[in-house]
Order: sequence, then C-alpha cells, then structure tokens
Amino acid sequence: MKRVVITGAGTINALGHDVPSTLTAMREGVCGIAALELRDVDRLSIQIGGQVRGFEAEGRYNRQQMSLYDRFTQFTLAAAKEAIDQSGLTFSGELAAKSGVVLGTAGGGVSTWDDNYRSVYEDGKNRVHPFVVPKLMNNAAASHVSMEHNLKGPSFTVSTACASSNHAMAQAFSMVRSGMAPAMVTGGSESMLCFGGVKAWEGLRVMSRDACRPFSANRNGMVQGEGAGVFVFEEYEHARARGADILCEVAGFAMSSDASDIVMPSKNGASRAMAGALADAGIDRDEVGYINAHGTGTAANDKTECAAVADVFGPHADKLMISSTKSMHGHLIGGTGAVELLACIMALRDGIIAPTIGYEEPDPECALDVVPNEAREAKIKVAISNAFAFGGMNAVLALRAA
Amino acid sequence: MSTKDKVIAIIAEQAVLEPSDVTMNSTLEDLGIDSLGLVESIFSIEEAFDISVPFNANDPKASDFDISTVASIVAGIERLQAEQS
Repeated sequence: MKRVVITGAGTINALGHDVPSTLTAMREGVCGIAALELRDVDRLSIQIGGQVRGFEAEGRYNRQQMSLYDRFTQFTLAAAKEAIDQSGLTFSGELAAKSGVVLGTAGGGVSTWDDNYRSVYEDGKNRVHPFVVPKLMNNAAASHVSMEHNLKGPSFTVSTACASSNHAMAQAFSMVRSGMAPAMVTGGSESMLCFGGVKAWEGLRVMSRDACRPFSANRNGMVQGEGAGVFVFEEYEHARARGADILCEVAGFAMSSDASDIVMPSKNGASRAMAGALADAGIDRDEVGYINAHGTGTAANDKTECAAVADVFGPHADKLMISSTKSMHGHLIGGTGAVELLACIMALRDGIIAPTIGYEEPDPECALDVVPNEAREAKIKVAISNAFAFGGMNAVLALRAA
Repeated sequence: MSTKDKVIAIIAEQAVLEPSDVTMNSTLEDLGIDSLGLVESIFSIEEAFDISVPFNANDPKASDFDISTVASIVAGIERLQAEQS
C-alpha cells in the first residue's frame, strides 16, 4: 500500500476566495454568515446564509464557458486551479493518463434547475438554453476540471448529501493508496443559495433564522453556505521525488451507514465511522489532537456527535479539541467536508485550531472542548474530519502531520 | 368541518389511525407521531388553515405554538388565524 499526501489545496467560500484568506478568517473567528442577497429573498422565511460575495465569474470565464458553468462548477474550477497550481503538477503523458478527478456535490447545478424551472413555469416560456443539461448535471464540475487540467484517469462525482466531499476524498485516497493513480484531484462543491435551494431546506424546519451556534445550549439550527474545496492527493514517493511541499498526510478513512432513519443521526453509525478511520490509519485514539466536527448546530446532530466522540475516545475525549467551522462558513452541504479539511490542515501544519464561533452557553450534552469563539495554538499530530449525512451515510478521514 | 375535526383528520392520517381514535387529550407521542411526522403535521396544518406556524424542529417546546395535545394545537390554530387574518 502506498502512502498518500496532500500537495495542493484550493477553496472559495464565504470566508475567502482562496486558502490563505480562508485560513486567516478561521484563525480570527470571522463570521461569513450574513443576510442573503438573492432574488425573491423576501418570500423566504430563512434569510441568512454563508454566501460567496464579490466573486466575478464574468471576469474569470469567457462567454462560451459561462453558458456551460453553473455556479457550483465556477467555484470548483477556481478552487481546483489554486490547488493544482500549489501542487506544481502539470498533467501530461503517463501522469495525465492515470490521474483523475473525484468530487462531491449534493445538488449539482441547483441554480440552473431553479432558473430554468422559473423560465418555463413562471414566465411561461417554451424554450430553454441548449446547454441546460450539461450545465446542471452533477458531474459537470468534475468533467470541466478534467478538461481544464488534462486529467484522463478515473473521474466521477459522488453524491451522499452532507458527506459527499468526504466520500469523494475517501475514494480518491483509496485510488492513490492502492497504486491505481499517482495523483487525484478531489474535494467538492455546492451552490444551493438560490430561491428554490433555500426554500427546500426551509421545509425541514431545522434552519436557524439568526446564526449557526454548534454545541451551544441555545443553538437553533443550521445555516447554509456555498463554495468549494479542492485538493491534490498524491502518492508520497511521487511527491517526495519531485520535492513537493507536503501539506499533510491522509492516513486513513472509514465509511458507515446507519441503516436506520432518513434524517435522524445515529450515535452508533458515527462511532463506527470514527473508530473505523482510526483503525484504517493505524492510529491510536490517544494520538488524536483535533476533530473537525460535522457540528451542524442542530439539536440532533450535535448531541449525537458528542456522544459518539465520548464513546470512541473514552477518557481522551476530554483532552482532544473538537470544533465546528460551520459556525463561520455555514453548511456547504456536499462541499462541506472539503472546506472543513482546510481547518484540519491548518491544525496540523500551522498548529492553529479553528474555533467554534457563536458559542454562548454550555450544553451538558455537548460537554467537550469545542474551542469556543477563539482560535487556539496547539501542536497536534493527528486530526480527523467528520461528515454525517442525511440518509445515515457517514465518512470520516484521518490525517497526520507531514 | 370544524377546526377540531380538521385537526383530528390531519393527525389521524399522520398516525395511520381512524379519526375516532384521536381525542382532544391525545398527545402526538401517544399516537406514535415521531419528529418527521410532527414536521409533516405542521405543514398540513399550515396548508389546511392558510396560516404560518412558528415551529423549529430543533426545539419544538420553545415555540409559542403548543403541540402538546390535540386541544392545544386547535387553540394555537385559532389564535394564529385571529392574528394572521
């Protein structure tokens, strides 16, 4: 089995348009959640979100590209370019033939669906743009990354709701670890902050109207975000031979299914995924210094997740740090694990633990060190990143400092 | 149909019971309605009465809308109808 390292990272989200600005914001505990700016927002009962602002797609992409790129694809391409540029890899020859793209998204081109349904149902038009299908399809972003960067190996899109990115990165990791691919571009993106995308979430009655406060006793729900996170996963010897800067090592992963409820999380499923990731990585639980929590800010997730952490880690649960950066960038749904992996990289590489902001009142059911409100300096060797999706599908990644 | 009968019909359908099995003192829990069933019941009530019910599934008890029994739901609907008409 090969070792797998991360040699490039890219992002765009409510906290920043690239990795350095995002990490600075996480370090400073900046809140990227604000009043939504979108069409018909007055008809929404939930009017806040972690929206990407000031992203001028028109300047980045030409007219032909714009007719093919939904916002989730635009985000993905921006993040992929940053990651691949940082890795220093150029995909050609054998490397190109074997390297691919595995990305996660829950909804794909949601605003393309929304705009075109509006056009035919509300405006009564009988004709839509010829590229509606290639623009909205869930694999559009992965396809455009493959075309843009000449990635000709295994490429596809994974969709497991809020765990999509973690499932995608687990797949990419497996491919590099097995020797199937020398490098994989992986992560995920989401862009659901349009009228229909927010209206659908409102229906569930689990959204907060004011803030995302994970683990805080007065939490009252989740807040949507948008954006992308993309990474270059590379075989260790391949990276070392070319003198690449290694951001961290991906040491293992596990996936589990609750097989119980379509929306309610399960402590057992979450525990099995965390314990499984440690076992796969050959990591002792006492080595884990930081957990990037799924931490949605809902009543159900946060207490279940904390109970699962207590189960898996025993007395060590009180020594490790666990934070939810969703409090800052919102819940990026299918893209969330990818953006949250950045907090793990910052913890391992820079020794800075991102905080859980908006934390106001301790909850006895979430009695862990949630790094409330302010980032903390700490030297850690191992971090894990949790994602627990609707449908009971869980994926956890384990990372080691380089 | 009275407000009471409409509410009983909605709750009975959600609980997969006959309306005669649902009384004003029944609690949703007694009737076997879980959190998903509760969210669906609230939606049906909003649609049936053309009102907007303040309800957050993260903390159902925090809402002004008392869902503890069928009687409290009927009273809540009548209050919201008066406020929102």
